[in-house]
Amino acid sequence: MVSVLFFAGALGALGGAVGVIAMRNPLYSVLALIVHLFSLAVLFLLLSAAFLAAAQVVVYAGAVMVLYVFVVAYVGGDQESAWEPIPGQRLLAPLLGIALFVELAIAVLGSSLLALGTEGPDVNPGFGDPAAIGTLLLERFLVAFEASSILLLLAAVGAVVLAGRRREVTR
Amino acid sequence: MAIEWYVVLSALLFATGAMGILIRRSPVVILLCLELMLNAGNLALIAFSRMVGNQEGQVFALVVMVIAACEVVVGLGLIVAIFRRRLPLDVDELRELRG
Repeated sequence: MVSVLFFAGALGALGGAVGVIAMRNPLYSVLALIVHLFSLAVLFLLLSAAFLAAAQVVVYAGAVMVLYVFVVAYVGGDQESAWEPIPGQRLLAPLLGIALFVELAIAVLGSSLLALGTEGPDVNPGFGDPAAIGTLLLERFLVAFEASSILLLLAAVGAVVLAGRRREVTR
Repeated sequence: MAIEWYVVLSALLFATGAMGILIRRSPVVILLCLELMLNAGNLALIAFSRMVGNQEGQVFALVVMVIAACEVVVGLGLIVAIFRRRLPLDVDELRELRG
């Protein structure tokens, strides 16, 4: 059962990722990313990270993707021209991507981490639930929590400054 | 499922995202590919936190999500600003800052 769910999630995540880079229309890329994020949420659940799976669906697939859809609708989904600034770019890029994957796979599988072949230690049912994550965030990682809240505030102000309507500037 | 499956899948997703950044030229799609790479990192963090058996990796992944949200907000703000100035939305033609 677990392996069926894993392969379904992995196929969805991989298919979504390939869809993001293969679709010509940016709106379809955004929709493919939503598929990818939902499949990743399934994988997070399999790794007993229940709170993160919920946050992934609510924050990412819910809020962030709505932002993307609005911006794509605003700027219009232009098709990219087939013009290649670097000759052979579309041929070279997959080769480099495959090389990166092979490199990462060698690095991971050759790292001789003893627990790599196992499913990890047995954990109690409360592993990764909101209470446990919240306790960690507010006790051990309080500074990181506050810093990320300040970062979010700064990003919101920055977005308003960047995208807000400008007064006519004399040039 | 053994942990290495998750880690190899995360490497595959990261490579896919990097490939997308190399291939595509629309800034919106490049931001989407950055999301792919950040999510691959999240998957690896959560897999390793399961492997070690404590939840601190999940807190890291949560912070990565916050960073990703900030990056999206600023990036989309930039794209809207570029669009408002009637500049082309193509990373090869936006080379005014190029050294």
